[in-house]
Amino acid sequence: MEVVVVGAGIVGAACAFHAAAAGLGVTVLDRGPVGAGTTSRGEGNILLSDKEPGPELELARLSRDLWDRAGEELGPESLELEAKGGLVVASTPEALGALHAFAARQTAAGVRTEAVEHVGDLEPHSAPGLPGGVHYPEDAQVQPVLAAAALLRAAVRHGARTHTGEAAGAVTGADGRITGVRTADGAVLPADAVVNAAGTWGGEVGRRLGAPVEILPRRGFVLVTEPLPPMIRHKVYSADYVANVASSDEGLETSCVVEGTRAGTILIGASRERVGFDTSMNPAVVATLAAQACRLFPFLRGVHLIRAYRGFRPYCPDHLPVIGPDPRVPGVIHACGHEGAGIGLAPGTGALVTAHLLGRPWRGADPAAHTGLLPDRFLAPGGVPQ
Amino acid sequence: MSEPRGPGTTPEVRDPVAPGEPRDLVVVGAGPAGMAAAVTALDGGLRVVLVDSGAAPGGQFWRHPPLTAREAVPTDGLHHGLGAYRALCAALSAHERTGRLTLLLNHHVWTAARDEDGFTVHAVDRGRAPEERAVVLRAPALLVATGAYDRQLPFPGWDLPGVLTAGGLQSLLKGGGVVAGRRVVLGGTGPFLLPVAAALAAHGAKVVAVCEAAAPSAWLRHPGALLRNPAKWAEGARYAATLARHRVPVRTRTAIVGAEGTRGRVAVVRTAALDAAGRPLPDTERRIEADTVGVGWGFVPQLDLLLPLGCDLADAGDGTMAAAVDDGQRTTVPGLYTAGETCGVGGAALAVSEGRLAAVSVLTDLAAPGRPGTRRPAADHRAVARHRAFARAMARAHPLPPAWPAWLTDDTPVCRCEEVTAGAVRSARADDAAADHRQVKQLTRAGMGWCQGRMCGPAVHCLVAARDQPYTPAERLVATPVTLGALADSAEPASDHT
Repeated sequence: MEVVVVGAGIVGAACAFHAAAAGLGVTVLDRGPVGAGTTSRGEGNILLSDKEPGPELELARLSRDLWDRAGEELGPESLELEAKGGLVVASTPEALGALHAFAARQTAAGVRTEAVEHVGDLEPHSAPGLPGGVHYPEDAQVQPVLAAAALLRAAVRHGARTHTGEAAGAVTGADGRITGVRTADGAVLPADAVVNAAGTWGGEVGRRLGAPVEILPRRGFVLVTEPLPPMIRHKVYSADYVANVASSDEGLETSCVVEGTRAGTILIGASRERVGFDTSMNPAVVATLAAQACRLFPFLRGVHLIRAYRGFRPYCPDHLPVIGPDPRVPGVIHACGHEGAGIGLAPGTGALVTAHLLGRPWRGADPAAHTGLLPDRFLAPGGVPQ
Repeated sequence: MSEPRGPGTTPEVRDPVAPGEPRDLVVVGAGPAGMAAAVTALDGGLRVVLVDSGAAPGGQFWRHPPLTAREAVPTDGLHHGLGAYRALCAALSAHERTGRLTLLLNHHVWTAARDEDGFTVHAVDRGRAPEERAVVLRAPALLVATGAYDRQLPFPGWDLPGVLTAGGLQSLLKGGGVVAGRRVVLGGTGPFLLPVAAALAAHGAKVVAVCEAAAPSAWLRHPGALLRNPAKWAEGARYAATLARHRVPVRTRTAIVGAEGTRGRVAVVRTAALDAAGRPLPDTERRIEADTVGVGWGFVPQLDLLLPLGCDLADAGDGTMAAAVDDGQRTTVPGLYTAGETCGVGGAALAVSEGRLAAVSVLTDLAAPGRPGTRRPAADHRAVARHRAFARAMARAHPLPPAWPAWLTDDTPVCRCEEVTAGAVRSARADDAAADHRQVKQLTRAGMGWCQGRMCGPAVHCLVAARDQPYTPAERLVATPVTLGALADSAEPASDHT
């Protein structure tokens, strides 16, 4: 079976990695280098902590295990995979109560959680007086571009090819089934299936393949400080973050996530704005993130910001990724719309796509267990389920 | 000036111009271009804020010690065009007294954003360092005159203490009267090496060699542009005389290919003659004892504020990209102007003319009612054309030697901040098909450290990009490091959701 994966971001690389390991013929098609889109614009979060029980958490749990297996196979250093754990802190007793209730539901769904009475025990430099939090030991981190490059290199070792170019359209046979992908320069890559792993451009690629899905951009800024000795041990964020991730509000939302990196810099994310593909700088967002980070860690007031970057998270209207075959064009499989969770969900997505391609479970991914992510949900009468 | 100014600002956010008083133009950079632009705009009746990170106006070309140290540190002998500088300073002072000019020194602009009403310029005031205070400026027009910085190419040993940029040596001298070493070797390419060598020699340093990578005949291929700029000839002749008087040897088709240190400082410089491609010729290596090295391979336009505002770029002809402007110094973003080295490196006289042209455009575009008639800029247009032609000829005569990476060993650090070697950059290209410096940064961290690739960016670009493709710097949303505390104090509570 020949598979064209459109997109060499983290999701496309993970799809290629799993499909090639399963013995399928794989060609990865991208107009740019590996991980040049949204993959290179995030923090590298692998989070269970921000997900409520449901289809995304199920994929995240599978994906978490598969990140460990990828680390064992490729070497954790090549991914900068670090199981540092997450720490969600509440700023008021009321917020702490809500956080504990949320964590209890996650625990019931199989997530490891530990109530934290004294935040300072886990994060000695955090602000005094925080009422408490929840520790999520399974939360982890990778360096996303290194991880995508390592997954793609491993796919190539399994026989995958890469092709620089842009998907222009689908070539279909008499039965309407995909037989190839036409590129913008006129070439045709033969294919029995095509995986739409084009991230933020997934909506456009789906349209070109005759299988449109609605993928929208949600802008985010991340701040990077000067390098410091280790000061912050976990991914630390405010309980408000969970509410913002799931929110559909139009305007700006910020609730910072603060963490140290191996290079010594501290990353501060992540704003969420629905402003289309507007690339302009928003100093107010940067200032708000800085203020929130300084409230969690007062020592940051004297620390220099040296860089900021922004990217566009690809999201579906219901904030769940769309993963699975598109019934309108046999052979098209979507793997996009992961919003801010694409790094964490990538290996699970790659395994699930491979399972769909094989027609049987693959490395713990059983299509029957992830039906909530299928594109069918957008095609049913009445559109997106609310 | 730190009292609250109404809703939406905290006491720490200082708007240094009286509230309610509108400004027409913010000029970022008080070098030759910015000073000339500000004076022309003020003469035309506009209200102007002129912002600079330095302690005195002048930029790099007319860098001076702070006013309080001028008498103790005489630097007049280092400067050219001091008459023009003093006239611009006097004009600025006069306009400051009328209240139409606000001159903000020691202010570092970290970003600028565009909205319906014009531009918001975000700076921090470091006048009382280490204290840092956020300052926000608004105006319908923005002129960016942020100049350029030294282009560096790495060589084995370039990370030793004592290895500086040629521009760095010059600014130590101009800004504080500091002669950075006793035995100095200069290397690189371009006419800038000569004034640095002459100034160091005149101030007591022993300049043991000036290594110019270009061939002496290179200038002769473009005689027209040189002949039309007799002032440049005269300037060159003065440097040559100074260098001859101090017996400074200038070796052409020669480069610094390595440096070695003892006790943590450079002690020996290795130079070699170059073939036509810039490859070191066998058996031509010399070892020269020196305690200081100054390196300059031309300059890179400082586009950090312009790129995030979305203005188009154009090939500057010297291996770099510069801001694309029309003949009135308008960028492709309405209301945004730029003048001087940001449009392509060409020197102070060009910058002054471009600054004046930019200000005339601002006056025209804002159509300030009741302003005095603007000066006809034909003379400045002619000057710009002449100086641009000269700059292009210089660029062609002083290219980066295409084979310069032959000097590197695999363990030569290319990115000094993050200690990324030439070998690591080459692997990123070979193993992961990285074809630009942004991708190399993602894979190796080259360019992710304190200087954000300002030092290593052009070199990484040369190592991975296609030959003859000009260097476009990475987009930097934060143009200068700024403390999170100063940023936090500028946060508007209305947008704060925690």
